[in-house]
Amino acid sequence: MSMQVEDPRVVEFDVQTDEMLVNMGPQHPSTHGVLRLLLRTDGEIVHECTPHIGYLHRCAEKIGENLATPQWVPYTDRMDYLAAMNMNLGFALAVEKLVDMEVNEKALHLRVFIAELGRVASHLVAMGTYGLDLGTFSPFLYAFREREIILDFFEEVCGARLTCSYVTVGGATHDLPEEIEIPDGLSALLEIDPGRRAPFFEVVEMFLQWLEKRIAEYHTLLTRNQIFISRTAGIGELSREMAISYGCTGPVLRGSGVDYDLRRDGEAIYTRMYEGYDFEIPVAPFADAPPEAVLGDNWCRFYVRMMEVVQAIRLVRQSIPKYQAAEGSHRDAFKMNTKLPKDEVYLETECPRGQMGFYLVGNGTAEPLRARAKSSSFCNLSITDHICRGIPLADIPSIIGSLDVVMGEIDR
Amino acid sequence: MDIQEIHSILAEEFGDDVGSGPHEAKDPWIEVAPSALAQVAVFLRDDERLQFNHLNDLCGCDYLEPDPKKAAKFGHDPHVEVVYQLSSIELNHRLKLKVVVPRWKDDVEGQLPEVPTVSGVWGIADWHEREAYDLVGILFTGHPNLRRILCPEDWEGHALRKDYDFPLEYHGIRGK
Repeated sequence: MSMQVEDPRVVEFDVQTDEMLVNMGPQHPSTHGVLRLLLRTDGEIVHECTPHIGYLHRCAEKIGENLATPQWVPYTDRMDYLAAMNMNLGFALAVEKLVDMEVNEKALHLRVFIAELGRVASHLVAMGTYGLDLGTFSPFLYAFREREIILDFFEEVCGARLTCSYVTVGGATHDLPEEIEIPDGLSALLEIDPGRRAPFFEVVEMFLQWLEKRIAEYHTLLTRNQIFISRTAGIGELSREMAISYGCTGPVLRGSGVDYDLRRDGEAIYTRMYEGYDFEIPVAPFADAPPEAVLGDNWCRFYVRMMEVVQAIRLVRQSIPKYQAAEGSHRDAFKMNTKLPKDEVYLETECPRGQMGFYLVGNGTAEPLRARAKSSSFCNLSITDHICRGIPLADIPSIIGSLDVVMGEIDR
Repeated sequence: MDIQEIHSILAEEFGDDVGSGPHEAKDPWIEVAPSALAQVAVFLRDDERLQFNHLNDLCGCDYLEPDPKKAAKFGHDPHVEVVYQLSSIELNHRLKLKVVVPRWKDDVEGQLPEVPTVSGVWGIADWHEREAYDLVGILFTGHPNLRRILCPEDWEGHALRKDYDFPLEYHGIRGK
């Protein structure tokens, strides 16, 4: 069979390639957990990308129907295990909305403090593993070095590093400590004697100052790195309309140019926390983007997260004096056997990965009739098939990584 | 825009299909007849005053108390609900819709109730409806690809039904 091809680069035109089905995952390192992508490929080009999920399904919603609400808090940790504090907060607020509870000012600022630290930790993982997806190892080590110190803080605060269950209905399980031992990781970085003790907020401030200086380093390593730009800019373009229609939230939505953040636009019970705080909401397009970047591509999503780290640091800083000045207890009593009213609420909060929603139906017993967790990663992942068509196979990890999904939250 | 205004806009357009008024609750809701859902959904998304372009959540909920001793205090007739949480990015308002269907179609046990799909209106409904089908057992008519999403394809039953029997065995794996 002969064909007329004008393009001189085409040398073979009688070779037929078959379509091939390629399984990526469930144990592929760049699928961020147990995600299986079924790819229909023609040579190097992907024609269809079907995500298969459910490998981590643990029936969390069914379990929630059989537990009193404070008992379900540890299950929310295990959904988005990279941002347990934010998940606890979202659920606690939903219960508080259901039982008409308003936490006092001290708990409010404590929650801002811990949730924004959680956001920093989560975005650091997102940044590090994204570099890993694209084949650069060192940003991962730096990101985890910094995140380690935040986890050390969490450990000092509540005893757990990942599955914190710290923020709970009515406030938080413990008050913040007065004085802590400077985490070994931080004392090594700052070259101070190991084992020294210092007031908690002083140590946090020492860490924030250290972290702030590192951010320029990350930008040099990744954001402004020409290889990184070539692998991310202009790839995985997600239009504004598509992002909204597919329920994308968080950095994915803002990376597509939609100025929407629940910390500012959410329901009163949630925005009340952030009243009096001064922060910006980074939204694409960015004036300092490289010329290759387009609205809604991988680079924009990544950059939104990087900018959010800066804002989260600002929020942590602002929360400290507010917390110190606030009166009251870190926790209002909420009894385990408190009967939930015959009512129902839905509340979404801005977690690092997007808007996490909890829908609770009370029916006069301590256990809810329905405990529903709407996952942000679930919605963000659902667009993969639409933005993974007609692209080379090698760009798939780049796109999935830029969505920053956590499978524990998708499968629940 | 508050729910009263939204309801009057909908009532003007769809009459009795949107119920007599918003149901009182912490998050009040509007009940939509299953037959009218597809048109209501398109209207909600496209109307200039409403612009509900974001489907935050869609989930099913089973109302049944399987324990006969507790059934008297339960306070709901057995039924299944599909709950739609909508919001508008531009106008920043929210709305909760409900579609109420019997637990089984024509009261024949095992026949899943049917609700029209809204996956053509909001893209994310595709996956959420698959999840509601998988876990609560609701058939979304017109859905392009109504397969189980979280459970394996050969799983039996729908786990979030209140009368769900926990399987004792799955492919040789013991459940207890």
